[in-house]
Amino acid sequence: MKSLRKPIYATAAYNTVSLGTGRKEFHPKKPRPGIEHYIEEAGRGALAQINDTANIDEGVIANFMAPRFNRQGNLPALMPLIDAKLEYKPLVSVEGACGSGGLALTTATKSILSGMADTVLAVGVEVQNTVKAIYGADILGGAGHYASQRKSGHAYFFPSKFSDRAGAAYEKFGYDKVREAMARWYERAVLNARECPKAQEHHNSTEDLFATGMTRPNGKTFCDHINVYDCSKVSDGASAVVFASEEGLSKLGVDKKDTVELIGFGQVVADISKDPEDQTKLTTSARAAKAAMEMAGITPKDIGMLEVHDCFTIGGILSLEAIGICGSGEAFDFVREGGTAPAGAMPTNLSGGLVGYGHYTGGTGVRQAADIVMQFTGKPDGQKLVQDANKPYGLMVSMGGNDRTVVSCVFKKVR
Amino acid sequence: MDLDARLENVAVLGAAGKMGSGIALLLAQEMAKQKIASGGDRSYVLTLMDVDQSALTGLMSYLRAQLTKLGEKSTIALRADYADRADLVENGDIINAFVEEALSFCRPTTSLDAIKGANLVFEAIIEDKNIKLDVLKKIDALCPDAYYLTNTSSIPIGVIDKGVPLNGRIIGYHFYNPPAVQKLLELISPEGVKPELVETGVELAKKLRKKVFLANDIAGFIGNGHFMRDILHATSEVKKLAQEAGEAEAAYMMNRVSQEFMIRPMGIFQLIDYVGIDVCRFIMNVMTEHIEGETLSDDLLNRMAEAGVMGGQHADGSQKDGFLKYERGRPAGIYDLTKGGYVMFADGDWAAALDSKLGSLPDGHAPWRALLMDPKKDEKLEVYFGNLAKSGALGSNLAKAYLVRSREIGEKLVSDGVANSVDDVNGVMMNGFYHLYGPINKHVDLMVDAVR
Repeated sequence: MKSLRKPIYATAAYNTVSLGTGRKEFHPKKPRPGIEHYIEEAGRGALAQINDTANIDEGVIANFMAPRFNRQGNLPALMPLIDAKLEYKPLVSVEGACGSGGLALTTATKSILSGMADTVLAVGVEVQNTVKAIYGADILGGAGHYASQRKSGHAYFFPSKFSDRAGAAYEKFGYDKVREAMARWYERAVLNARECPKAQEHHNSTEDLFATGMTRPNGKTFCDHINVYDCSKVSDGASAVVFASEEGLSKLGVDKKDTVELIGFGQVVADISKDPEDQTKLTTSARAAKAAMEMAGITPKDIGMLEVHDCFTIGGILSLEAIGICGSGEAFDFVREGGTAPAGAMPTNLSGGLVGYGHYTGGTGVRQAADIVMQFTGKPDGQKLVQDANKPYGLMVSMGGNDRTVVSCVFKKVR
Repeated sequence: MDLDARLENVAVLGAAGKMGSGIALLLAQEMAKQKIASGGDRSYVLTLMDVDQSALTGLMSYLRAQLTKLGEKSTIALRADYADRADLVENGDIINAFVEEALSFCRPTTSLDAIKGANLVFEAIIEDKNIKLDVLKKIDALCPDAYYLTNTSSIPIGVIDKGVPLNGRIIGYHFYNPPAVQKLLELISPEGVKPELVETGVELAKKLRKKVFLANDIAGFIGNGHFMRDILHATSEVKKLAQEAGEAEAAYMMNRVSQEFMIRPMGIFQLIDYVGIDVCRFIMNVMTEHIEGETLSDDLLNRMAEAGVMGGQHADGSQKDGFLKYERGRPAGIYDLTKGGYVMFADGDWAAALDSKLGSLPDGHAPWRALLMDPKKDEKLEVYFGNLAKSGALGSNLAKAYLVRSREIGEKLVSDGVANSVDDVNGVMMNGFYHLYGPINKHVDLMVDAVR
């Protein structure tokens, strides 16, 4: 088992608004900020929390499909738009579908571990409202295997992949139980998002969220086993976090109390051309989380909060089992009984997660890390503080595709 | 020849007009579906004839945009339809292929000769009997076996049938505006019609996902038969109210009574503007010409037309000013013939004074939009109408009289044989005019005594 050769800290977290349907200021026919705006806002929001951009050694930018959504490639060269002092520094982009953000975290970490950098700015961004959802589904479909899966796939390619998972869960564990758990997940996501002014569902004022979440799936208009409330929405947004070594922190003038320590990570990739062995299990996520916890030297019992990749409600629920919070088939009751609520046994996705906060795909992994930094440094930007002194650990899972490219990180509160 | 075979060669006359373009879109969609289902074995032609060349260019852009929207909405089904096409992978590929497939058989033309060989001919040209007869005569020489479906909203179909003559090969096929959206279709059978044609019309309506109501061949049919007489009731009330309040003020009041007190989607004068003041006058003239013993004509409408105020819609579908002035699609003022211009609702307190004269809405009132999708709509209407019957406010009294008259009009459509049943009258008004309740309903019993 590899271990970290020196302490790694994350600090200076910043999230933009997650813009899309649901936000009052969103109008599909009116002009909106472009990808540059989000990169700049998130990057500057992070850099405002350190002394001088000149002290940033490297930069990494996570994104999934800017070449199609925004007709823009060569993203590293967009980073100097944040601050001219980033120009001529080693900047790099990473892509692993919706797991891109997680790759930015491990890439930054590895640079510091290698000794090539003491400080790295990690930014994650996606601006997806440039096309209608039906065409966006094509673009996001790139997270699956185009050659072997797209032609036979559904119009809503990814929703249908997780619809298949939900269908398998209905069959194995019973429709009512699974359906109710998914509706409760939706309800909880929106309730948490209401607390966060920048969340996409912040303005959602639906009275009976559970009833909405229980809407019966209709394969003629959408997918056979999930409804639209089971899905994260189309989002524009970006997040940024600065990673640093001990030396890096002093260079940046950042106090340790404003940081969290990254104490373990797992980066695991499965073959894109293969279908899941068991539709009710996220086996790649399980490997990533296991590796991260082993490196961190903790078990699921030590975890105080989770950030999981609920691109679909069923995915969020199954990830509880993948991480080991619940045994096989037990996550449905755990969620139905409020286990993931801020006051529950395992507070999860406190700013709303992908369903509630929004899912700017390539940027989401960075947003998850940013939320953990905010949670453990007591600067929560809306999310409820849930810290338990006996469980000073936060675990996140950033997942690309149908459980293919996965990063899991364990962060520890710095005392 | 069955419907599927007839759909291989179809023509729309007046295709670039408001009604024609909607009909063209519905047909292009249906024919494209059949073409895809046939696996490309059958060939299709949709001839789109209009006298206006530039409007035909606009029509093609309209069809492209609307077919694209349709493709985007039905991608799930289209992916299944195109499952065998290995070259079509992404949704974008599939939607494009569908749009191109449909447009590939649309032939815009200004030439009547291009219609030669059509099996189904949809007629949506100007509402003028002589022009219709002249055009159909020429086409019938080119397509001697075609079935004709005319969109006339007022001219008796028998008059056209005999005038050409078509020997029973024509039915009234009256779409509501806009045809692509409105669910209602009035199918009018003239005397001596070929029964297969009526069957074909009913079958086609189903394919186009329309709700068909069969009407008999008496000018105005059901929809306009009711609507035109409804207008005349409103204008006669305006005349009475005007003596005290002024004409524009009276029209304001009747518009408000017909919309809010009667819980209809729009006030009567807004509806006249929507259809067009000149169009309403024209339909009344045609009905007067063909219905013995009844003159449908209105002095107020005539004076508005003389003043050049016409209503109707702009090419983009937005509302032109008519009785009312529209701002962002909503009524904001009313035309005052004595001033030769609009008085705005927001200028001064005249509108508020008229509102208080009408009195408050009876208890249990809810706006039309709120009730439209309400599963308890009928119960709520029952409570509201009960309170309306008891209310002595001016607005309530005008609404009661209007409801009583509206029912009389509906009942007369049945007794005159225009409609076959009360349900057909109610069905047309509810599906074509989006009324929440049919004109012939039990609530009116409560109003009758109060009105007398």
